[in-house]
Amino acid sequence: MSSIAQFINIGERTNVAGSAKFKNLIVDGKFDEALSVALQQVESGAQIIDINMDDGLIDGKEAMTRFLKLIAGEPDIARVPIMIDSSKWEVLEAGLKCVQGKAVVNSISLKEGEEPFLEQGRKLRDMGAATVIMAFDESGQAETAEHKFAICERAYNLLVDKLDFPPQDIIFDPNIFAVATGIEEHNDYAVAFFEACKMIKEKLPHARISGGLSNVSFAFRGNNPVREAMHSVFLYHAIPAGLDMAIVNAGQLTIYDNIPEELRERVEDVILNRREDATDRLLEVADKYRGGKSKKRVVDTRWREQPVGKRLEHGLVHGITKFIVEDTEEARQAAERPLHVIEGPLMDGMNVVGDLFGSGKMFLPQVVKSARVMKAAVAHLMPFMEEEKEAMGLADTSNGTILMATVKGDVHDIGKNIVGVVLQCNGYDIIDLGVMVPAEKILEEAQKHNVDMIGLSGLITPSLDEMVYVGSEMQRLEMDIPLLIGGATTSKTHTAVKIEPAYKNGATIYVLDASRAVGVVSTMMGDKKDDYAKNIRADYVKAREAHIRSQSKKERLTLKEAQDNRWSADWDNYDAPKPSFLGTQNFVDYDLARLRDFIDWTPFFATWELKGRYPAILDNERYGKAARDLFKDANKMLDQIIAEKWVEARAVIGFWPCVQNGDDIDVFTDEARKEKLATFHGLRQQISKGGNGKPNYNIADYISPNGDYIGGFCVTAGINEDGRAQKFKDAGDDYNAILLQALTDRLAEAFAEHMHQQVRREHWGYAPDEPFKDDDLIAEKYAGIRPAPGYPAQPDHTEKATLFRLLDATKTAGVTLTQSFAMHPASSVSGLYLAHPDSVYFGVGKIAKDQVEDYARRKDMDLRDVERWLAPILNY
Amino acid sequence: MSEAAGKIWPQIEQAIKERVLMLDGAMGTMLQKQKLVEADFRGAQFKDWHVPLQGNNDLLSLTKPGAVKKVHRQYLEAGADLIETNSFNATTISQADYDLSEYAPEIARASAVVAREAADEYTSKTPNKPRAVIGSIGPLNKTLSISPKVEDPGYRDVTFDEVKDTYKGQIAAFVDLVDALLIETVFDTLNAKAAILAAKEVFAEVGYELPILISGTITDRSGRTLSGQTAEAFWLSVAHAKPFAVGLNCALGADEMRPHILAISKVANSYILAFPNAGLPNAFGEYDESADEMAAQVAPWANEGFVNILGGCCGSTPDHIRAIARRIENSAPRAHPAIAPTLRLSGLEPFQIAI
Repeated sequence: MSSIAQFINIGERTNVAGSAKFKNLIVDGKFDEALSVALQQVESGAQIIDINMDDGLIDGKEAMTRFLKLIAGEPDIARVPIMIDSSKWEVLEAGLKCVQGKAVVNSISLKEGEEPFLEQGRKLRDMGAATVIMAFDESGQAETAEHKFAICERAYNLLVDKLDFPPQDIIFDPNIFAVATGIEEHNDYAVAFFEACKMIKEKLPHARISGGLSNVSFAFRGNNPVREAMHSVFLYHAIPAGLDMAIVNAGQLTIYDNIPEELRERVEDVILNRREDATDRLLEVADKYRGGKSKKRVVDTRWREQPVGKRLEHGLVHGITKFIVEDTEEARQAAERPLHVIEGPLMDGMNVVGDLFGSGKMFLPQVVKSARVMKAAVAHLMPFMEEEKEAMGLADTSNGTILMATVKGDVHDIGKNIVGVVLQCNGYDIIDLGVMVPAEKILEEAQKHNVDMIGLSGLITPSLDEMVYVGSEMQRLEMDIPLLIGGATTSKTHTAVKIEPAYKNGATIYVLDASRAVGVVSTMMGDKKDDYAKNIRADYVKAREAHIRSQSKKERLTLKEAQDNRWSADWDNYDAPKPSFLGTQNFVDYDLARLRDFIDWTPFFATWELKGRYPAILDNERYGKAARDLFKDANKMLDQIIAEKWVEARAVIGFWPCVQNGDDIDVFTDEARKEKLATFHGLRQQISKGGNGKPNYNIADYISPNGDYIGGFCVTAGINEDGRAQKFKDAGDDYNAILLQALTDRLAEAFAEHMHQQVRREHWGYAPDEPFKDDDLIAEKYAGIRPAPGYPAQPDHTEKATLFRLLDATKTAGVTLTQSFAMHPASSVSGLYLAHPDSVYFGVGKIAKDQVEDYARRKDMDLRDVERWLAPILNY
Repeated sequence: MSEAAGKIWPQIEQAIKERVLMLDGAMGTMLQKQKLVEADFRGAQFKDWHVPLQGNNDLLSLTKPGAVKKVHRQYLEAGADLIETNSFNATTISQADYDLSEYAPEIARASAVVAREAADEYTSKTPNKPRAVIGSIGPLNKTLSISPKVEDPGYRDVTFDEVKDTYKGQIAAFVDLVDALLIETVFDTLNAKAAILAAKEVFAEVGYELPILISGTITDRSGRTLSGQTAEAFWLSVAHAKPFAVGLNCALGADEMRPHILAISKVANSYILAFPNAGLPNAFGEYDESADEMAAQVAPWANEGFVNILGGCCGSTPDHIRAIARRIENSAPRAHPAIAPTLRLSGLEPFQIAI
């Protein structure tokens, strides 16, 4: 049978340089025993055996030929191909004369110049051998990626062009050198190797790449666990870069995933040259692993020996579910009542979590994991408590009950879920009504369950009004429980200016993020709640005054003045690029794997209240570990989402002929631009630019009055997401439920980014040569913009109705609009495509009443309706 | 290169694209039928030679060329497109058995001369069916991969360079008279590799190249060469010769050879050559498969499209060749399979890295 290999392990134990044992056998002339070393290599999986006899004590040519002739008589060894390894050409040539199969010689190079190189190449060609070529030329061994590649390319061209040498028989060894030697110039050696591999694979067809792996870890001689970890990490990165084979000890290769995390991270820092102190940091821990068996993951299980209370605490703090049921059961059996387990060790543990969280030593993702453990413990105790309750007729005990809801018209609930979990961790009962909950339902449920507080959440601007409405209804129904406000568009100012005045009976409190929620809730449940509420009220009075002061300062231009200062291009000489098609195009079941590279991770961490830019956040001094753990979990889930198609991504894009019409964009059915299909309305900045030469922007400015094109899109990565998230929630696993939502949210954004790129490069095609570099995409350096209705460049959410009608997005992409024009599923993005190369993102800012009136007239809407939708940007 | 040699081969290359070509059958079998005696082998030149010479068939090219030419004519008459020179053992190493090493080049050249004359005679008779001469290069009686001493498996009684040099002498002796070379009956691939290198060195010396055909021998039903390689591993070991044709001969009858020819046919981007024995030898060491029996087994290979050149080895006669030729008249030749270039190596077994 022909064996076909993906990656070739070349046995190194029949190499006198790689094995002292083998060397001694050869020096002592014990060739029979040396043969058994070769046999053991083949039996342990070496697909090629490397034979090297280069040693001062050995006659290399004699030993090589003798050993090869012996191997020829051993079918169990001779079945695999042989790599004849020597730095001496005469040994290589003599070796080839003893091998009937097609062998590899290792190696030749340009070290002595072209002439001997070509002579050797010719002989190898005529003797039918593949050859390893070192990245070595007259000037020495190549260290940088560019030099490595340049030598390989030169060697390749010489062999292929001058000798007609088969390129598939060329194997390059671009020099694996030792890293972490303490010499700064060596730090980039592994990275240079990876880069060279990529260039070879890209530019030199059919050539293969090999390397001597043990060199890389030379600095850690004597510390085999660290060396093996370095080898494993090196391979992990080298193979995707193009490494096809390596000389390794096939029997001893650590599995990448089995390297202790700390060691792996530090080794990875060294291999990838990720930080200046990488070598020092690896040295710091190297000794710790010296004696340990690197093949086994080191799991510290000492905590299992502690008393049960401590074990519960440990499990909660570290988010370990594995032992929680057995520990909880042990505690229950020791306790008088099951409730005592919750009130005792579990709450003690959660208090530790709370303290660590409060003092900034634990971070949100870890706290949510703790909650998962807590839930599992409580779930175990629940049947016993029910049983006891029935027997004794006891009432529930709880720190308090809080009703939570995302308001009508809004579908975003990641933040609300996080707050709910954190509160649950702190002993509060949570009634979560979910998303798109009408005010009536919120109030009805609140009264029915006699809740202690209501928490409202929302992400899009229309939700602000809905919250005001909920507050005014609470006032009308003479409720007096605290109303908590949170969510991305909410603010202290809005709460103070709009909501609190509507609900005077009780306290209205803006909660900045999940970590503040516990503090606010526990204070409002405690003795000091009146004092606290009074302080809040006083604070909000100031906020209102500040708001009024800031308002009066903001002078606006008249609409006419702003229009006169509009942005304009040289339209008469503008050749509007024509899209590759007109009308819409639909994409279903889009390949999620293609979106992965487009993910902007920074907002993902922000969702979990880990602030900082990715990837630097992974090394953050305070919460780098939390970020890394979260990132690992996220990627693991992402693997599953993609592999098992947990969600479906769909998109619809469209292009239409259009014309600028004042502050609006008229869209037509065809190129004749006679039959109007729709109008996209624009809003104009009215802030005074104070003669700084900057225009007062409106999106319509980017469209040519002489005839142009406009695009629209709606993408979603949220089909099937709800069901999947609910399954996690039902299983008490809020951590994964939230993780999934946060990830699909990122996938939707990634999809929007990816699709925009496809549009620029292909569908519209006005930037076919745009580079693919992701960093630039996130930094938005490309030509053209994709403003979304409801966001700064056009803050009116109702424009989505027009967009959705043109795209037929509900049917084509499966995305619906709520009463507030939020998109459902929540993990969706929509917007317009504008192609003008000078178009930039801008914010409309506050607008004056003259424009609002004009806008209402243009949109043929009631002025009061327009004012309601544009409430957040009204300058009056 | 002879005038005829230069003209013939392009026509062979054209013909092989259109039909399956016929190689000749066994030389030894046909010479045996002539019941030659010791005196025939000695001729005038070796009348007083100090060792018996009967059985040294190659020597007849020198001492009784008429007998050899007669066999060539019989095969040409039967329909052979290609005939092999009577030079299987015309090397210094093999002729050492008769102490005739120094005459080996002379024997080789005489073999080529007689074959050339016969082929050219038939080419002029039937100009639309050109006949080519293939220089036969046998396996030697010494082998590079196997120790002749059981107690010392690392021992060899010959070196690679000695083998290469003996082949160089043989090839140089007839390179200007033959149309192509056939490295055949390869028991030990390392010997064949030495022959390939020898050919390349001779080509470099004379300044032109001849096509090389290579034929291995699967020695028994184990499916391996004597030196232990599978058919595919054998192909990978000799592919660097870029042979015009590659295949198998000898040792097996057609039915036993079929799977191995099929295996090579799938992986080799050269023409495929097969010339099996006329069955397996019977209890008396005779091959008794009739012409029709053999043709019935071999002809389907052509009709199924996995060979390009068919012939016969031990036991085959002009009748066998005629019977095969008749059955394959209308067969389409095998097309080269598309083999993606990737690193392929071999030990006793083939190995490749994923493309």
